[in-house]
Formats: sequence, C-alpha cells, structure tokens
Amino acid sequence: MKITAGKQGFQTLNEQVREKLSHFDEIEIEDVNGQRYIGAAMDKGKTVRVYGTPGNDMGAYLSGGKIEVFGNAQEAVGNTMGGGEIIIHGHTGDTLGYAMRDGEIYVRNRAGSRAGIHMKEFENMHPTVVIGGITGAFLAEYMAGGTLIVLGLGREKGQEIVGAHCATGMHGGKIYIRGEIPQNNLSENINVSELNEAETAELYKCVKKYCELFKEDEEYVLKEKFYKLSPSSSRPYANLYTKN
Amino acid sequence: MNYIVPEFEIERNPNKCISCGACVRQCSYEVHYFDDDGKTVLADDSKCVACHRCAAVCPTRAIKIKKYDMAYKEHFNWTPTTQKEINLQAATGGVLLSGMSNNKPYPIYWDKILLNASQVTNPSIDPLREPMEIRTFLGKKPEKLEFDEDGGLKTKIPPQIQLETPIMFSAMSFGSISFNAQKSLAMAAKELGTLFNTGEGGLHPKLEEFKDNAVVQVASGRFGVHKQYLESGRFIEIKIGQGAKPGIGGHLPGEKVTVEVSNARMIPVGSDAISPAPHHDIYSIEDLRQLIWSLKEATCYKKPVAVKIAAVHNCSAIVSGVARAGADIIVMDGFRGGTGAAPTRIRDNVGIPIELALAAVDQRLRDESIRSCVSLVAAGSFRNSADIVKAIALGADAVYVASAPLIAMGCHMCQQCHSGKCNWGIATQRPDLVKRLNPEIMYKRVVNLINAWNHEIKEMLGGMGLNSIDSLRGNRLMLRGIGLSEKELEILGISHAGE
Repeated sequence: MKITAGKQGFQTLNEQVREKLSHFDEIEIEDVNGQRYIGAAMDKGKTVRVYGTPGNDMGAYLSGGKIEVFGNAQEAVGNTMGGGEIIIHGHTGDTLGYAMRDGEIYVRNRAGSRAGIHMKEFENMHPTVVIGGITGAFLAEYMAGGTLIVLGLGREKGQEIVGAHCATGMHGGKIYIRGEIPQNNLSENINVSELNEAETAELYKCVKKYCELFKEDEEYVLKEKFYKLSPSSSRPYANLYTKN
Repeated sequence: MNYIVPEFEIERNPNKCISCGACVRQCSYEVHYFDDDGKTVLADDSKCVACHRCAAVCPTRAIKIKKYDMAYKEHFNWTPTTQKEINLQAATGGVLLSGMSNNKPYPIYWDKILLNASQVTNPSIDPLREPMEIRTFLGKKPEKLEFDEDGGLKTKIPPQIQLETPIMFSAMSFGSISFNAQKSLAMAAKELGTLFNTGEGGLHPKLEEFKDNAVVQVASGRFGVHKQYLESGRFIEIKIGQGAKPGIGGHLPGEKVTVEVSNARMIPVGSDAISPAPHHDIYSIEDLRQLIWSLKEATCYKKPVAVKIAAVHNCSAIVSGVARAGADIIVMDGFRGGTGAAPTRIRDNVGIPIELALAAVDQRLRDESIRSCVSLVAAGSFRNSADIVKAIALGADAVYVASAPLIAMGCHMCQQCHSGKCNWGIATQRPDLVKRLNPEIMYKRVVNLINAWNHEIKEMLGGMGLNSIDSLRGNRLMLRGIGLSEKELEILGISHAGE
C-alpha cells in the first residue's frame, strides 16, 4: 500500500497513514518532505517504509511498530519510544532516541547532538541504539539504561567519534565505542573499560545486524577494538544536597 | 561539636505521661525514646520537626511541642535560621534542600483584594433555593460557531474537559507522595467530578480505575510515559516548570524508588530518577510546539494538551507563545506552590506571586485576542474558597490545589517532605508510615473540604448577584484592592476599595 506525501501538511498525511494502517499492516510513504510525527505511537505489527526525508519526531512514543527510512531523518527520531524498530539508511539529527525505554534504532551514518539522552531501561525492556558514523556533543546525557553503540565508520582524519561532554550525568546503561575514545570529551564520572564476554556477545549481535541491514563488512567493523563507557555511580547526585 | 541549636522542644507533662510508648513507636524522626529503665520516656529535641504526630497520638495529651527557648544576641540580619543554614552547609558542603513551599513573608495579594456584593440594585441570589452553576469546561474554544441549514453544528469543537467544580488537584507524583495519598486524591476526584494529576510518576496500575479522573504529566525525564499512559489521562500536561522551583528539574532520590514506585515510573528499583532542568527536545517555543503536536498526534487529537509553567517575570510573553504553540490549557504555578523537595534558595527566591502573574497573563491574552484559544489554570497556593473566587475574577478558568487537600489528609506543614519520613503517611514510601493513611477515611475528608468550598463559592457568587461561575471569569469589576500601590493595582487590573 502506497501513499504519496508530497507537499501535504503533517496532519492530513498522518491521518491518511493511520487510516491505511487500520486496514494494512505495511505501507510505504513516497516523496516525504519533512512531514513530522510519522508513525507516532504506532503499534506492534505495523510497518511504515519512508522514502524521502521525514520530519522531526518520527516514531515518537513508538509502541512496537517498525519504521524504515530510505534517506536521512531529522531531529528527535524515536522520541520517548516505548518499543519497536527504526532503521535509517542515512544520517539523522539531534536528540535521537530521547528517553527511549525499549526497542532498537539503527542509523547507517551520523547522528547529531544529544543522541540517546535520558535512555532508560526497565525489567525486560532494554533499548538499543546503533550509530554507524560519528555523533555530536552530549551523547548519552543523563543516560539511565540501555545500550548505545557508536561505530564511527567513514570518519575522516581529525574527526572525533563522539563530541564534547559525552555521557554527562550518565547513571545507567552502557556505551560501546569503536576505536579510540577522545578522553577530553568524556565527563568526569565515566569509566572506560574493556567489554566482558556477555557485552562482547551483545556487541557482536548488534554489529551483525547493522552490517546485514546496511551491507557493511562485519569483519572490517569488528577489526578495531571496542571500549565500554559506564557510569562510576548510579547515584551521581546522591551527595549534592543537605536536608534543611 | 554540634553548632545547631534545636528548633523545637518537647514538653512532656510527667503527671499525664503513662509511659505507653505511643510517641516512641510513632515518631519516624526517632525523637522519643525510653530511658534505660524501660519506663521513662525521653526526647532528643534536636530531631523534632514539629509535625505534631506524637502530640496527636498521645492518649493522655501529655505532649506539647514548643519553640526552643534559646536566646541569641539580637541581630536583625543574622537570624537564628540564617546561622543554622550556614552551619548545615559548613558541615556538609551541600545544597540546602527543603520541602513544601516558600515560607517567607512575601505579600499575599489574596489578602489585599476584596470581593463585591449586590445591594438593592442587582439582587443577590441564594444558592440554597436557586440553581448556581459552577460546572467548568477546560479546552480551546472555537473562534466562532457555524451551523448548517438544518441548524446542526458545523464547527468542529476541540476536545473539552467537563469539571463539576473549578477546583482540581495539582500534580503530585507517586514517589513524592505515597500510594495511599495519591489514591485518596483519585477517589476524591472521582466523587467530586474533578481531576487529580499523576505528576511525573506514571500512573500506578492499581489507579487505572481512576483514569477518567486523571491528568497525566509529561516532564523532562519522561518517566512512565508511553502510549497507554497518554491515552489514559483526560488531558496531557507538559510540565515545563513548577512554582516551587522554577528553572530547575527534580531528583527523586534512589531511596524513594521502591518496587512500587519503580513499576509506575518504569525505572529500576533504587536508581535516582533525574528530571533534567529543561526538556532536551525543547529549547524554544517552536520546539514546545513540536512536543504539543506530537502528543496530539500520538493520541489522535482526542486529548487536550496542557502546558504548565512557573510564574516568572516575563510570563505573559511566555504564555502568549505557549498559546500560539497550540496548547489547549495553560497552567501557571505561582511562587508559593508546593513541592516534595526543592533547593531552599530557589524555593524561597525564584518566581512571582500567582496573583500578579495571572492578572498580567489574562490581560495580555485579551489584548492579543487569543484569550479564548486556551483555558488558564492557576496554581500556587489557594488556602480557601475566597482565594479561588478572586483567582477566577482575575481570569482563571480553574485552579489547582494540593497543599490544602494534604492538610485535610493530616499534613501539619512541617516542611520535611524531602526527608521521606512523613509521619502522616503522605510524603513517604516507608510501608509502616504509608499504612497510617487510610484512603477510605482520608478521601472523604478531601471530598468534604472541596464540597464546603464549592458551597462557599456559590454563596459568594450569589452575593455578587451572579448565578454562574462563567459570569465571574475575568470579571475584575468584582474586585477591589486594599492597601495596594498604584502599580500593584495597575498590574492586577483592579480599582482601590472606595473607588
């Protein structure tokens, strides 16, 4: 089932999308030109394929559905996502996966600033974000759970894999970084360590999926060493206050 | 050496004390204890917070809590409180943390505004014998109504919330208050035909049955926010700011994240729940617009979306922007609003009174002809029904109350909400303390309070010759100031008494 977005506003487009999804499990949207909120709160069992450039908050509150973008995506992809899958065959903007609680996001190329900010996990909910390229400042700020992987593929000489203030206020979850970590960009309370067996298995599984999705050479990706970033405390602000 | 002088002193009447130990068992601050003889009850005054629990449970009324009588060399500037706070910080290096609300003697404008009443020319109305409408609708109102040839309504009316009273219960998360306290409010809201607000704590599965009376909140930490939660609420409230702590976020300390709290917030047990100061997807009015519309999209335009801000210096310009960003309801929380925990300095020094903010905002929206695009909800300390009547005359569509119903449930304003040791079972997660608050009893007290206020509101309306709260909304002719400066009267948009 195909829909053409063209120059429609987001309200009419998303109304059509919801209407079609009430009859079909899979739809394609062609000629997308920055329309926002595509696939917001979409349920499990529904798939949307997007051709063009979707607007901000694509897949916000995603509730189990799957979105695949053949192009670049804009800001706040998977905002407060509660489950499902988002695959982006290109770059994406800022605040990727803000506060996501479950599900997976795979980005072929770069992500902007504040990716994975406030990601969290709960019981069997465990969100995963894989960014193929480099990423901007404030990666994983306030991260409270889940797994974030940055591969830095296609990085040019002199480019840093993560931007400044990486993992500020992080108090849960794990970040796996491929290759050298720019120490100056790391926040104070962050430990850098090697991956243990279970973590390596998790990493391999995600890298394998990334390579299958985007036709990358798995062996090449895994040739470089990965490091793990984790918070030194789950209570970074425990001693900040005095009871008055 | 401990430099801190106790604030209170326990006076135990030995003629009345029967050494039953009720005070020892009841005090979570561990003030009372048995001497080595196992009979004599003693007290460590330095731990007392004057919550009155011991005095209330003492079967012989043997306990009195008094101010600690310590003389200081007189100094207007360096008060005992100031010295105490310096010593606390000198000992710990910590940010001072307080509970409840701004306790400094700033002007309370409600007490400087007088209401009108009818005499002769416009007869007053007796609500005991004539209908008096206080039903309130919240939501965006259409600019005009269009009808088809058969007289049917053509205009699509944006979603509206019907309340049987203009009084709602403000956001207090499960975490900041106990399950039993939140349940009491939920039960009261249901019986009263009004709403309670989950705060940023998610909706506990056991409160699902009250979802038709719930406001669900989306704050910067996005705790417990998911599709079903958004669909549960009658309306969705984006929390930008809170009157007790404008401009900062919130930290629910790990020790308050019990199994139950963790289930509602959807975070691991014992982890800090950190709500950053800003929403990191909102750095501008345009970004706020994006969040408002994403929530509308996610709920198929069935739910009004509210935005709550703290009353701050330039709030009228901010509210104008928020209205234009598409909010259906705007909540303003004044600087006397309550909190489970806030840095003392922020609680006591940031923000402005709701009276001035409300008057300024209502006027600004009228001047810009966008007043009917939004409903205005005022919050930030309503102590009684007269405060509420004055707020509605200043332009509020409805109000949020929280401290008053908490007092109805036992709160004695000891301002230790942040300690997690609330002896009245309100601001605590300790099971032994929580069970002291019986929702079946307490919800009725809250219902009584609001019913009494509803009746008083009707009396005051009737006295003014009005039979509907809609006729009072923004009707500042019903207000006069007393002892206010020209500037204050100008901002409030009211005349002085006698004019």
